[in-house]
Amino acid sequence: MALKKKDHLELYRQMVLIRRVEERSAELYQAGKIGGFLHLYIGQEAVSTGIVSVRQPQDRIITAYRDHGVALNVGISAKEVIAELLGKETGISKGRGGSMHMADVTKNYWGGHAIVGAHLPIAAGMALGDQYEGNDGVTICMFGDGATNIGFFHEGVNLSKVWNLPVLWLCENNQYGMGTAVGRASAVEQIHMKAEGYGIPHSRLEDGMDIMKVREAVGAALDHIRSGKGPYFLEVITYRFEGHSMGDPQRYREKDEVTKWEKNDPIGIYHRYIVDEKIATKADLDKIEQTIEAEVAEAIEFAESSPDPGFDTLFDYMYASKE
Amino acid sequence: MAIITMRQAISDALWEEMERDPKVFIMGQEVGVWGGTYAVTKGFLDHFGEKRVRDTPIAESAIVGAGIGAAMVGLRPVSEIMTINFAFVAMDYIVNEAPKMHTMFGGQMKVPLVIRTAGGGGRQLGATHSQTPDAIFAHFPGLKVVSPGTPEDAKGLLKAAIRDDDPVLFIEHAAMYQIRGEVPEGDYTTPIGVSKVQREGDAVTIVTYCKGLQLSMQAAEQLSQEGIEVEIVDLRSLRPLDMGPALASFKKTNRAVIVEEGWPSYGVGAEVATRLYEAAFDYADAPIKRVAQKEVPLPYNAALEQYALAQVEDVVAAVKEVL
Repeated sequence: MALKKKDHLELYRQMVLIRRVEERSAELYQAGKIGGFLHLYIGQEAVSTGIVSVRQPQDRIITAYRDHGVALNVGISAKEVIAELLGKETGISKGRGGSMHMADVTKNYWGGHAIVGAHLPIAAGMALGDQYEGNDGVTICMFGDGATNIGFFHEGVNLSKVWNLPVLWLCENNQYGMGTAVGRASAVEQIHMKAEGYGIPHSRLEDGMDIMKVREAVGAALDHIRSGKGPYFLEVITYRFEGHSMGDPQRYREKDEVTKWEKNDPIGIYHRYIVDEKIATKADLDKIEQTIEAEVAEAIEFAESSPDPGFDTLFDYMYASKE
Repeated sequence: MAIITMRQAISDALWEEMERDPKVFIMGQEVGVWGGTYAVTKGFLDHFGEKRVRDTPIAESAIVGAGIGAAMVGLRPVSEIMTINFAFVAMDYIVNEAPKMHTMFGGQMKVPLVIRTAGGGGRQLGATHSQTPDAIFAHFPGLKVVSPGTPEDAKGLLKAAIRDDDPVLFIEHAAMYQIRGEVPEGDYTTPIGVSKVQREGDAVTIVTYCKGLQLSMQAAEQLSQEGIEVEIVDLRSLRPLDMGPALASFKKTNRAVIVEEGWPSYGVGAEVATRLYEAAFDYADAPIKRVAQKEVPLPYNAALEQYALAQVEDVVAAVKEVL
């Protein structure tokens, strides 16, 4: 499906929106306005933006704790994202979830899950739900390289093949599980090879910084799954420019390595592509950036002026069933 | 009223709920071809087919995790963990995923999942297969924990659990499938979180549940011959915990014994005794007694195992002690 100019501008807008929200969030964290953990998506924007742009509305998405990118891609507003980071009642999870737990099920986005690897069997169950009901949706399950070394991963991936579930296992290999490089934690550095042991077709996209390549790889994987061939495993190589979370001294990597990757900035790559291919002008893109600056500033103002959840609401979501 | 076994009551509940609602399905180890390790689902595969009677790998995280995912997207799974001792390898899902989903995303998701499992000792299965760790699970807000002591309650509570919109851990006792009891005709449910007086008396209040109910009823027969009439309150649900009937009874008898099969430390008895003291200290005419398992991993040797487990005589002795 060829993209029109307005589609490209929308994807560019999303990537810049993620970048600005993350940058401003880091500032809010430093200012003590965001608590807990804050895992930034800076550097990986092409991955989530590419994935969300090729999914169908019936395709579910579930991811790990580095979840602000997907949240913005699926259309949760910057206001609701930042309000959640600030723990406000107006946040997407009503201030109950925080950075790691954002979801909007009306947009088929199922969170934001913070126990490494634990959402993989859950994703298998969601795919089972669609298979059971005869829906043609695919569950897209995103996880990091670090999640592929824990038991949950193997139980979930195995089950998906045993039951031929419509699930896309999408490993965002950003090359570090917290501060431990892939090669120091995983028996194989080609993470996608792990799918071989479960008889699941797999591939690796070396350039996950290029959104057009992400779109192509994910689109092909989704077509494969939707045609009834069962699960697929796609590894996407990417890189996070910031630390694992705020306050990470990054003793595990050289500054040169980060600098090298920053030259592959996914937003820069896409900017060049759009201008070089004469899809839009630099002025068009500048305009988007200005709009986003204003949107994020407005979102922060909204979040800061929003109320905290009332103490009288503490038990509001204790049980789903009516007492 | 028909008289049937506990096994039949649980089997009937599952069967009737699967007939009633096509979204209800069961999955677990050996639930299909084998017919259930305790023969509870014998005949289910032939009648309901592989889609709804799903044999799984020996992978408890996948069994419960996939159950959570399927429940999140609208199905009503019954995930079976063969024995509660294996629930520990799915602990994250039972205590850290299922009970958190509804509240953590601000009420967006619900997990109408039943986790069926069997616990208890006395069958010479050794230390790792004989435990009664119910209190651990009852510790977690968001999870409902029920454990019936009669066929009538087993059937009614399982039906209620399947129709409940929240995750319910349904704990059976592996040595109680053969016990018989009266079960009402037709469709009925037993409310979760409601205790019940199973025997009336005025001398001492016994608060108990599951296997403890059996021990207590037998003890009551013996005591009755000596002119001591005990009142027996069956908790039936450990969370939500309904203290109403136990408290009312304690205020009447002024004496209480709590009977549970698990270890006493940090246990159900500790919780119930504290609540009785907190709410009705002035009514106590004697210190509350706990009857429980001796604090040791259960041995294999039959006589030694029985010595470690609470017996009817222990209940009789405790009642006499508080009189």
